[in-house]
Amino acid sequence: MKEALLEINNLCVDYVSANGVARAVNNVSLTIAPGETLGIAGESGCGKSTLAFAITRLHKAPALISEGEIIYNGRDVLKMSDKELRDFRWNDVSIVFQSAMNSLNPVITIGEQLTDVIVAHKRISFKQAAVKAKELLGIVGIHGDRLKSFPHQLSGGMRQRVVIAIALALEPKLIIMDEPTTALDVVVEREILNELYDLKEKFGFSILFISHDLSLMGEIADRIGVMYAGNLIEIGDAKTVFSKPSHPYTKGLIASFPTIHGPKERLYGIPGDPVNLLRLPTGCNFQDRCADCMDICKKEDPLLAELNVDYHAACHKL
Amino acid sequence: MNNSITSDANAPVPGHKSEFKKKCHSAWIKTKAFFHGNPPAIIGVSLMTVILLGALFAPVLTTHNPEKRVARPHVAPNAEHVLGSTRNGRDVYSQVLHGARKSLTVALFAGIIAMTIAIAVGVTSGYLGGKIDEWMNFVTNVFLVFPQLPLLIVLAAFLGQVGSMVITVLLGVTSWPWGARVIRSQTMAIRNKEFIISAEVMGESKIRIILVEILPNLISIVFGGFLGTVIYAMGAEAGLGILGLGDATEVSWGSMLYWAQVSSSLYTGAWWEMLVPAIALALTGGALALINMSIDQVSNPKLKTGPHMKLWKKMNRETMKRRGLL
Amino acid sequence: MDTTNNPEVVLSVRNMIKDFPIGQSSSKNSYMRAVNDVSFDLRKGEALAIVGESGSGKSTGARVLTRIYEKTGGDIIFKGKPLQQYIDDHGTLEYARQVQMIFQDPFGSLNPVHSIYHHIARPLLIHKRADKKVIDKLVYELLELVGLFPAVETAEKYPHELSGGQRQRVAIARALAVDPEVILADEPISMLDVSVRLGILNLMADLKDKHGISFMYITHDIATARYFAEKTAVMYVGHMVEWGNSDKVTQTPQHPYTQLLLSAVPEAGQSGRRELGAKKGEIPMWKPDTKGCPFSARCPRALDCCNESFPEVTQIADDHFIRCHNI
Repeated sequence: MKEALLEINNLCVDYVSANGVARAVNNVSLTIAPGETLGIAGESGCGKSTLAFAITRLHKAPALISEGEIIYNGRDVLKMSDKELRDFRWNDVSIVFQSAMNSLNPVITIGEQLTDVIVAHKRISFKQAAVKAKELLGIVGIHGDRLKSFPHQLSGGMRQRVVIAIALALEPKLIIMDEPTTALDVVVEREILNELYDLKEKFGFSILFISHDLSLMGEIADRIGVMYAGNLIEIGDAKTVFSKPSHPYTKGLIASFPTIHGPKERLYGIPGDPVNLLRLPTGCNFQDRCADCMDICKKEDPLLAELNVDYHAACHKL
Repeated sequence: MNNSITSDANAPVPGHKSEFKKKCHSAWIKTKAFFHGNPPAIIGVSLMTVILLGALFAPVLTTHNPEKRVARPHVAPNAEHVLGSTRNGRDVYSQVLHGARKSLTVALFAGIIAMTIAIAVGVTSGYLGGKIDEWMNFVTNVFLVFPQLPLLIVLAAFLGQVGSMVITVLLGVTSWPWGARVIRSQTMAIRNKEFIISAEVMGESKIRIILVEILPNLISIVFGGFLGTVIYAMGAEAGLGILGLGDATEVSWGSMLYWAQVSSSLYTGAWWEMLVPAIALALTGGALALINMSIDQVSNPKLKTGPHMKLWKKMNRETMKRRGLL
Repeated sequence: MDTTNNPEVVLSVRNMIKDFPIGQSSSKNSYMRAVNDVSFDLRKGEALAIVGESGSGKSTGARVLTRIYEKTGGDIIFKGKPLQQYIDDHGTLEYARQVQMIFQDPFGSLNPVHSIYHHIARPLLIHKRADKKVIDKLVYELLELVGLFPAVETAEKYPHELSGGQRQRVAIARALAVDPEVILADEPISMLDVSVRLGILNLMADLKDKHGISFMYITHDIATARYFAEKTAVMYVGHMVEWGNSDKVTQTPQHPYTQLLLSAVPEAGQSGRRELGAKKGEIPMWKPDTKGCPFSARCPRALDCCNESFPEVTQIADDHFIRCHNI
C-alpha cells in the first residue's frame, strides 16, 4: 500500500443541540492514498457531510471535533494555527459542495472570481492570473468567452463546472466533493463525471467523493466506505463492496436501487427508518432494521474487523 | 432534560380519560422549555407579571384616592406617601398604579385593533394576490407613508382634548400597516408551500385555508408585532399626554407626566413626580421588549443562542486547549 | 390503439398545452410554453411514469391535471367526461376528490401546526366520507394501510416528530382518504433517504395492484420508472418524445433523447469515461410560435425537416410510440 495522503484516526464529531449531544461521526478511521478516489456512501444524517466539513475544519458551531486526529502529509490538521489552516484549505485541499453552484457571488463575473482566488494565493500578476483562469475554464469544458459572464447567465451544470475550476485553481492534492452532482440532471451529471475522469488522469489528485447514490459511487470510486448513524460500517475496494457486500446495511442499500438493465423483480430495500442520533440504542445502531439481528447485537457495539486485505466491516455476524 | 424526553417516548399510551392531563403536561413541558436558559424571557415575564398584578389590584393595593387631594403639595416620599405627592397633593404611588390601568388598557386595545386590521389585510392580500393585493397594498402604503405621531397630534388637537377611548382607536387605526406588510410577505411565502397547495387540491375552502392552515403558522410573528405595537402605543399615549392632548383629568402615566411638567416638578426638586411615571413606562416597555426578544430566540433557531451554545463554547475551549491551540 | 385486453381508460389527455406568461407585456411571444401537445391515456390500476429532466414540463402537466394551473389548450377527459363539464356542473369538488396529488417535499407538504390526525381527518370531512363518530376508526385504518404503526400514537404526533419517509406515508394516506381513482405522484421519493425510497415505491405498487388506483409517477429517475410503472413516457422541453411499455422504452429506446438519457444513467462497475451521443447544448426556451423538434439542436441524427415541424406520432412496435423524423 502506498503512503497515505490523508489519514483520519478515531475521528469523533459531536453536535451540541438543545436536546442533548449527538455524535454525528463516531470513531471513524480511514486513509486516502495519492491519486485515489475514496467514496463515502450513506443516507442523510449518517455523518458523511459532517466528515467532509471536519476534514477541513469548516464545521461551524454547534459542531465540534471532540476526538481523533486528521493527519495530512504528516501534519495534524486539528493542531494547525489559523494561518496554516488557511493555506492548507486552498493549497492542499479544496471542496466542492452540493449547493456550491449557488455559492458563486452573483454580482461578480466568474472570470474575476477565478482570478481573485489565484491572485490571493499565488504570487502572480492579474494578467497572468487571467490567462490561467481562461485555461482552467477550458479544462472544465467551458469556452473562454464565458469569463465575462455573471453566474446567473450560466446553467446549473455550467456553474458547477466553474466551481470545480475554482477548486482546481491552486492544484490541490485532494478534492473533497460532497454530493457534487446531486442537484443536476443525469445528462449534465454524466458530462461532469466525464470531465472529472479526464482531470484526474491529467492532474492525479485524490478525491473524497461523498454521495448517497451508490450506483454513481460504484462507478467513480476506487474504494467505498459506507456510513450508518455516524459509524463507518464497511470499507473496501469498490468492486467487492458492490458485488459482495458484507454488512447487512450495505446489502440493503445496494438492493434499494432498481437497475436500468437486469431482471425486473420486486426489491425490498431496508425496513424502518434511520435512527435518531439522540436516541441511539445500546449495541449495534442498525439492530432495529436488521433481519439477522442476534442477542449480542443488542448488547455490544460491533467493531470494524479486517475480513480481507484492506477490507473491513463492522458486524457481529461476520 | 434528556431524561424527560426519553421517559416521554417510552411511556405507555394513555387512554382518553387522561387526555386533558396529558395536554396540561405537554403544555407545562413546553413552558419549561421556553424559559430554560432564556434569561430575557424570565426577566421580561416576571416583570410584566408584577406590573399587571399591580394594575389589576390597584384598588386593593392603594391607600389613597388618586384623584383626590390627600396631602400637601410636593411631599417627599415618606411612610404615608411612599412615593411622595404631586403639586396638587395627590398620592403618586396610588396614581402610578391606577395610571397603569389606563395606560395599559389603551396600549393593549390599540395593539389588538392594530393587529386585527394587520392580520385581516396582510393575510387576505398575501393569500389572494392579484387585484385585491394591489389595492390593499396601495392602501397600506398610503398609511405607511403618513407620519404617524404628527398625524395623531393634528387629529388630537383638531378634536380638542380627547379621552383615552379616542386615543385607543386613533392609535389602533394608524399603527397597523407595518404589521400588515410583515404578515403579507410571510403569507406569500407560506402560500406556495405544498401543504397549502395540497389543501387547495383537496377542495378546502379559501376562508378555512386562511384561518386554519395559514394563520396558526403566523402566531409568533403576529405576537411579536402585537407586542411591538403595544410598546409603541404606550409611548404614543404618554407622548400625547405630555403634550397635553390627552384628557388631563384622567389618571394615566401620560397625564401624570403632563402634570409633573406643568408644575415644573424637576426644577422645584420634586423629582419623584416626574421620575416615577417615567420609570414605570420604561420598565413596562423594557419588559415587553424582553418578551419579544425571547420569542424571537425560540421561534428563530438561526439566532445561535441558548444554553446548548454555552455548552458548545465550553467543550470547544477544552478541545482547543488539548490540541495546544489556546 | 389496441384496447381489447386493456383495462378501462380513467384519465385521458389530448393535445394538452400550458403557457406561462413571462414578463409584463401580453404579446404572443411573451409566453413560455411549458407543456406542448401532450396526449396520453391512464388506465385503471396502471402506472404511467413521466420521465424528464428539470424544465421538461413533467410537473407542470400534473399540476394542470389537478387544476392548480389552468390549461391553455387541449382536452382533459376524466371517466369519459371532459373536465370542463365537471366545472360547468359544479362538480369540481367531485373531480378534486378523485384526482389526488402527492408532492415531492415531505417537509413542505404537511402543515407544521397540525397533528397527523388533522391531516387525514380533514379530507374525510370535506368530502363527507364519514361522520364524526366513525372518523377516528377510518383515520387509524388509513394510517395502518400505509404502514404507520401504532396508528393511534402516530395520529397524535406532529409532522416534525416524523421522519421524511413517514411523512410521505402520511401524505399518501391523506390522498387515499378520499378514495381517489387517480393519484399524481410528483417525484414522491426524490427527497427521501435512500433506504426508505423503495418502501414508498412498494407501498404505491401495492395500492395500484390491490386497490386498482391509477398512478401518474413523475420522476427524473428512469430506473425507478421502469421498476414501478407499466407505461413510461419520456418528455423533453414540454414535448412527449417517446412512450409506451416501460420495458420497451427503457430496453430498446428509439428516440435519440431517450438513448441519451439512458446512456447517462450511472451504473456501478462501469468505470471510466462514457461518451454521450448528443452534442452539448443548452435546453431551448419554448415559445408558442417556436417550430420544429425541441431536441434538434443537440440531436446527432437531426435532419433539415427537424427544424421545421415537430414530428407526428409513429407506432414502432406494439405499445411503443415515438415522435421523431429520423427513425
